[in-house]
Amino acid sequence: MTLKEFVEKSGFTPVNVSTDAEEIEVTKVFCCDLLSIAMSKNPAGAVWVTVMGNLNAVAVSVLTEGACIVIAEGIDIDDAALEKAKQQNVTMLKSPLPIFDAGLHAHNIING
Amino acid sequence: MSDTIKLTYNISAEDFTRAGEASSDVKSKLKKMGISPDAVRKVSIAMYEGEINMVIHADGGKIDVEISPKDITMILADKGPGIKDIEQAMQAGFSTAPDKVRSLGFGAGMGLPNMKKYSDDMKIETEIGVGTTVTMKVNF
Repeated sequence: MTLKEFVEKSGFTPVNVSTDAEEIEVTKVFCCDLLSIAMSKNPAGAVWVTVMGNLNAVAVSVLTEGACIVIAEGIDIDDAALEKAKQQNVTMLKSPLPIFDAGLHAHNIING
Repeated sequence: MSDTIKLTYNISAEDFTRAGEASSDVKSKLKKMGISPDAVRKVSIAMYEGEINMVIHADGGKIDVEISPKDITMILADKGPGIKDIEQAMQAGFSTAPDKVRSLGFGAGMGLPNMKKYSDDMKIETEIGVGTTVTMKVNF
């Protein structure tokens, strides 16, 4: 599934969408809030669900080549993070759901 | 003619807004050179953790990178407080990071262990009150 399809089907609120969303392949869901763990474990093409709406999360997603970041629990994404996401062409979505529910929802969409 | 590429990055103190820029830059250079995705990922993780450590614990510092056709060497030098007990600092979960840093999602005590895990060779030289130099090597 492409990232573009995922964004449309998920119903998560798009905060920033990559201009390459049609080319990026979404592979699986990853959930974690500690950035050092996410840094070493976030799979390439992952939908990463976290509450860390800061710019370091954007850096981690870029370095691990994740497909997108979903900020759960209705947490606000701060201005610096949004700025960085635009600059780095990173897709960020928002959801009021708790992490597990947002992750499960994303998993069900990816796996049909 | 030399096959080695040398790069230098200055890391600012307490500047989380720029942390990750040096590792991102090295990552994109390695990708363009056609280095295997596995090696690129290892370099990215090891160097990002090192960069974050310099921002958290030292007053920033300098990273020298040397890329040869066979490997990459990253030398991270800071003039920070030094590491009191390296063995303890290497234990996963041990951290001296302040609360402010923890609230950003760091400070889980994974920095040095991740650097060790993702580099093929790592050496730490440290002196209390003088600074720390970490040298990491990743083979291609």
